[in-house]
Amino acid sequence: MTSVEFLLLVRGPLFAIATLVMIFGLTLRLFEIFMLGRKANLAATRAGGTGPGFRTMFRRFAPVDKATFSQSVLLTIAGYIFHIGLFITVFLYAAHVEIIGSVLGFRWPALPSPLVDFAAVLTMAALLALLWRRLTHPVVKYLTKADDLLVWALTFAPVLTGYLTYHHLVFSYSWLLAVHILSVELLMVAFPFTKLTHAITLFFSRWYTGAIAGEKGVQL
Amino acid sequence: MKTDLRLGDMLQARGVSRRAFLKYSSYLASLLALPPSAAPVMAAALANAKRQSVIWLSFQECTGCTESLTRSHSPNLEDLIFDFISLDYHHTLQAAAGDAAEHAREAAMAANKGKYIVVVDGSVPVKDGGIYSAIAGISNLDMLQETVKDAMAVVAVGTCAAYGGLPGANPNPTGAVAISTLVTDKPVINIPGCPPIPEAMAATLAHVITFGKLPELDNLGRPKAFFGVSIHDRCYRRPFYDKGEFAESFDDEGAKQGWCLYKLGCKGPVTNNACATLKWNSGTSFPIQSGHPCLGCSEPKFWDMGGFYKALSEPMVDIPKMVGAAALAGGVAGVATGLLNRSKKAKAVKSHQKVTVDDLTKGDAS
Ligand code: SF4
Repeated sequence: MTSVEFLLLVRGPLFAIATLVMIFGLTLRLFEIFMLGRKANLAATRAGGTGPGFRTMFRRFAPVDKATFSQSVLLTIAGYIFHIGLFITVFLYAAHVEIIGSVLGFRWPALPSPLVDFAAVLTMAALLALLWRRLTHPVVKYLTKADDLLVWALTFAPVLTGYLTYHHLVFSYSWLLAVHILSVELLMVAFPFTKLTHAITLFFSRWYTGAIAGEKGVQL
Repeated sequence: MKTDLRLGDMLQARGVSRRAFLKYSSYLASLLALPPSAAPVMAAALANAKRQSVIWLSFQECTGCTESLTRSHSPNLEDLIFDFISLDYHHTLQAAAGDAAEHAREAAMAANKGKYIVVVDGSVPVKDGGIYSAIAGISNLDMLQETVKDAMAVVAVGTCAAYGGLPGANPNPTGAVAISTLVTDKPVINIPGCPPIPEAMAATLAHVITFGKLPELDNLGRPKAFFGVSIHDRCYRRPFYDKGEFAESFDDEGAKQGWCLYKLGCKGPVTNNACATLKWNSGTSFPIQSGHPCLGCSEPKFWDMGGFYKALSEPMVDIPKMVGAAALAGGVAGVATGLLNRSKKAKAVKSHQKVTVDDLTKGDAS
């Protein structure tokens, strides 16, 4: 197979399969989760839960309290850098905006490429730091299962291959671009069926937590 | 023209000075990325070379390749090199017609057995026994096989001959294939492009004539000297690509500023060719310089790369149409899983047995 044929394959049928599997999987998981329902609240509700629910959804983006922070400095810092960096590289890089726009039909302004490039480097550094922590910290190491490493690799691969593609490093651009797109497709397929789903479900669970607390009278 | 004439004599007869010829040889050597020391060697070998018999076969093609190769604007040494080649058979350029033309081909083959070069432009249809294209009642497939049998080397000129090109594009109704698919026991050089750059053609032929062997080729059978780097790597708009400054349409501010054409569908990043350096029309310009994205014409399957004006990274399938179906299927499967979970839970609740204090203290009495 030539690089161009490979590129055609990943931009065509494989991309379609990955998107469809992701959408199928996500709706499946969401329906499944919603059908679990909530336990009836037997206590008298003291206040509304909706407001605290939504506030909790966003409040928790803010850094954790000092005590927790001092206990896990690396996790907090690298965690923030990696998540923000990943968001920037995925959603604010011109070529990516173009792709998402071509599927969704609307576009938003992108950041200058060198800035995104810098974010990608930080993201990779943070991801490597987190992997190092996972493999050396005795407790985290004990808790680590194969799927944690898989999810790490699935997240790291698109950033690395994207970086190589942007800088035309090591291999020819066509191979790199094709491998990069393939790595994203693997991520898309795995997304609904692994811990990666938290990127979406976090909003529901935060809302739920906030709403329960609100009904009990804790106006978060 | 006498066949025992040497190129040196012929150039002399035409009033080309030795100095001019040496200069041209260094130009050829530099085109071929050979060391400067190769230039005099090349000049000597070329001057001494005999007329090379070339049989040019045109199959499923548009004659654009021939047009390109014969359109050097000012008469220059390249033309002379082409004059020097004994083009023993070429539909478009030869004077003979009908039977006489076919006889010329047969005669050249017999006279230069094992020494002639076959140049092919156009792809060969192989579907249904190759009936879709024939010359003088001979199918392209048969003519190719018959002609290359005693050839020294085969040069596939243009993307159709090199990779199937337009005739081979989806859905490929005639079963068109590349020359290299059919010729496997002879060296095949691909000089793709729609059309290819004339200099690439001239220099490659000069290489074969002077050194009697093929130039260094890449994995797609192309001379590395011309196809070694991508358009993108030599594109003067590259700084805009690196900065992320893209023209969004053909007449916006970005287009006027000469920004990168990636978003308008430029295939420069995946296209290896020399357009950005050698340029066209005697070095005047090339597509990107005139404001149009590169179509990727020297790459296999360039007609099927999802549209000339679609950015390289964009998906080539219409996703939105299928999204609804996938979501619906996911919803149905989700509800089914949810119901299954519920029934499991209900069953678990039903089969739940309460433990009494008696049960727990049963053994204590004994
Ligand atoms: S115009 Fe095309 S070849 Fe030039 S830098 Fe942009 S993408 Fe690359």
